[in-house]
Amino acid sequence: MTSPLEQKKIRITGPSVVTANRTWDGAVVYRTAKHGWSTELSDSAIVTTSDEARALLAEATADDLGAVGPYIAPVELKDGGKVKPGNLREHIRAKGVTIDLQVPA
Amino acid sequence: MYAYDELDRTLINERVSEFRDQVKRRLSGELTEDEFKILRLQNGVYLQLHAYMFRVAIPYGTLSSKQLRRLAHVARRYDRGYGHFTTRQNIQFNWIKLAELPDALADLAEVGIHAMQTSGNNMRNVTSDQWAGVAPGEIEDPRIWSELIRQHTTLHPEFSFLPRKFKIAITAAEHDRAAIKIHDIGLRLHKNADGETGFEVLVGGGLGRTPFIAKTIKPFVPGRDILSYIEAILRVYNQYGRRDNIYKARIKILVHELGIEKFAKEVEEEWKAMGDVGLTLDHAAIEEVRSRFSYPAYEKLPHMPDELKQAAHDKLFERWRKNSVSPHKVQGYSIVTLSLKPVGGPPGDATAEQMDAVADLADKYSFGEIRVGHEQNLALPHVAKRDLPALFKALDRLGLATPNVNLVTDIIACPGLDYCSLANARSIPIAQELTRRFANHDTADLIGRLHINISGCINACGHHHVGHIGILGVEKNGEEFYQITIGGRADENAQLGTLIGPAVPYAEVADVIEDIVEAYLALRDRPEELFVDTVKRLGVEPIRERVYATR
Ligand code: HEM
Ligand code: SF4
Repeated sequence: MTSPLEQKKIRITGPSVVTANRTWDGAVVYRTAKHGWSTELSDSAIVTTSDEARALLAEATADDLGAVGPYIAPVELKDGGKVKPGNLREHIRAKGVTIDLQVPA
Repeated sequence: MYAYDELDRTLINERVSEFRDQVKRRLSGELTEDEFKILRLQNGVYLQLHAYMFRVAIPYGTLSSKQLRRLAHVARRYDRGYGHFTTRQNIQFNWIKLAELPDALADLAEVGIHAMQTSGNNMRNVTSDQWAGVAPGEIEDPRIWSELIRQHTTLHPEFSFLPRKFKIAITAAEHDRAAIKIHDIGLRLHKNADGETGFEVLVGGGLGRTPFIAKTIKPFVPGRDILSYIEAILRVYNQYGRRDNIYKARIKILVHELGIEKFAKEVEEEWKAMGDVGLTLDHAAIEEVRSRFSYPAYEKLPHMPDELKQAAHDKLFERWRKNSVSPHKVQGYSIVTLSLKPVGGPPGDATAEQMDAVADLADKYSFGEIRVGHEQNLALPHVAKRDLPALFKALDRLGLATPNVNLVTDIIACPGLDYCSLANARSIPIAQELTRRFANHDTADLIGRLHINISGCINACGHHHVGHIGILGVEKNGEEFYQITIGGRADENAQLGTLIGPAVPYAEVADVIEDIVEAYLALRDRPEELFVDTVKRLGVEPIRERVYATR
C-alpha cells in the first residue's frame, strides 16, 4: 500500500501511467481507464496532473489481487497518440531485455 | 556427492506443500502482497522487472547430473529455456510464474534441491571452494564443515531472525577460491603445530554500500569447537547488532565500529562464559557427515596418457587445456572448468540444452558430478586425463569450451537493469561488449589473468569492489553512468579497488577499459606481472594519467 503520506508527496512533471506486475505470473502490466490491467502500454490510462496520478495510483493499489507493486511511471506521447516508455527502465519493462539471449554455439 | 538424510527430505517436502498452500491463498486474495512477500522470500522468490525471479540453492556448488537435468527441466518447463548461475552458488530463473512456482519447487524437491535460505535475514547457503574434495594440497574437504554448519543453522530459530542476512564461506586450500574475506564469517581450514585440524576465523567482510575486507579474530579454533565459536560470534552480533538501520545492521559495520580487537575480545569472553552448550562436535558426529560425502572409485591411471600426448599437436585443444584444465589430487585425473562466458553471451547463463548436455558429459566423464563456482562458471571435477580430448570436442560443440577462464573476458556481472528492479544501469550488455572487444584469444592470453566485475548498483552483487577492474552502474540525470575502480582482488590478498576517475557514460565504458588494459600492457615490467600486481607496484596514478589524459 502506498501510505496516504507518500501519496500526498506524489508530483508528476509530464504524462504518466501506473504500472505494476501481474500477481499470478509477474508480467508487466499497466492500469487502464476501464479499471483493469493490460500488458499493452497503449491501453494504459494516461494522467497529466498530480491529482489524477494520485487517484489512479490509489485505485490501482486497491487491486492487490490483480497486480503487485504499482507505481507511477513517466511516458512520452508521440504524434498520432502513440505512447512510449519515458525512461530506459520502463523501456526494458515494456520491450524486454536489451541483450541477445541466445548463447552463441 | 552428498546424500541427504530422511529428515532433510521430509523438511523439503513439507516446505513445498506449505508454499503451495500459501500461493493458493495469495491467488485467491486471502493473502495480500504485504502478507505474502515474507513467505515468498523465504522460498527464494523475488519480484523483478519482468516477472518473479526464483533463486535456488546449490549447496557448496555440488550438483549431480540428475539434479542438473532437473534444473534444465525447470528452465524449459517453467521458464524461457535458460537459467543464470550466480556468484553465490545459486541458480536464478528470471521468468517464472507465481502460479507455477509450487510445481517447480516440487519437481526440484524430488531431487533434493530447495530454495530455503536464499533470501531473508537468516543464515544463507554456506559456500565453499568449488574444487572442494578434488583440489591438490587441500587440508580436507571443506564441504564436511559447510554441511555441519548448515545442519546446525538451517531453520534454527536463532539464525532465522538475525538483524540482517548472514553469509559464511569456507576454504581449505592455499589459494582461496571461495572469497572468504568478503563474507560475514570466513573460515580457513588449516593445521596447527600439533597437526590438529581447525579454522582461522575471519569476521566482518562484505561488499555493498560500505565494503569491508574481513579480519582475523582468532588464528586457530579446533574443528570440534567451530559451532560453539560461531555461536559466540552470533551472540555478540545479536547483542549489539543494529536492527534500527538496515544499512548498518551487517556484522561488518559492528566490527568496524567496535574495532576488531574489541570484537575479538568480546567473542572470546562470550565463548568462555558460554561453557558447554552442547555444541562441541565429537568425532562420531564429524565422521557421520563425512560418510555422507562419497568420492568416485578412481582408477589407477598414468600421469601422461597416450591420448593426451597425441592431442598435444592440436593447437585449439592445447590452448583450451592450458586455460581450462587444472590439476587434480588424484594422478591421471583433472578438474575441467566449463566457461559460461562465450564471446558476446550473457555471463553465467546456461540454456536447458546446455545443462542437459553437461549432465550427460558428467555421466560419461566425471562420475556424474558437476560443480558451480562463484565466478559463474561450471566445472567437471573428476575427468580422467585420457578423456580430455573427447571432452574438449563435445564442449566445443556446445559453446562451453571458450578458453578464457580467469582471463579478461571471464567477466562476472550481475543481472543489472535488464532484469533487476534495484538497478541503476545495465551490466550484461557492458559485459557482452567487452567480450567482443577482447574476443581474440591470443590478445587475452597476452594480457593474462584479469578479472572484470560489473554491478548495476551499489548492492554489489557483481562484486565490483574486488574486481581487478570493477565497474559500478550509477545514474546521472536519468542516464546510465559507470564508476571504474582498479586494483581490487577477492583472493587471499583481498583488497578493495580504487576509483580511477570520473564516471563515464554507457557508450564509453568499453573504450575506457581498453585504454586501461593498454596502459597496463605498456607499464608492466614483464609479461608475467599480472594487472593487479602492476597496479599495486605503481599505484593508480600512472594508469589514470594515460587513460584520462585525452578525455
Ligand atoms: C536480480 C535479482 C537480485 C536482487 C534483487 C539482488 C539484491 C541484492 C541486494 C539488495 C543485496 C545487498 C544486501 C545488503 O546490503 O546486505 C545483494 C547482495 C548480493 N548479491 Fe544480489 N541481487 C540479485 C541478484 C544477484 C545475482 C544474480 C548475484 C550473483 C551473480 C547476486 C549476488 C549477490 C552477492 C554476492 C551479494 C553480497 C554482496 C556483499 O557482500 O555485500 N545477487 N543482492
Ligand atoms: S548489484 Fe544491484 S543491479 Fe545488480 S543484481 Fe544486485 S541489486 Fe540488482
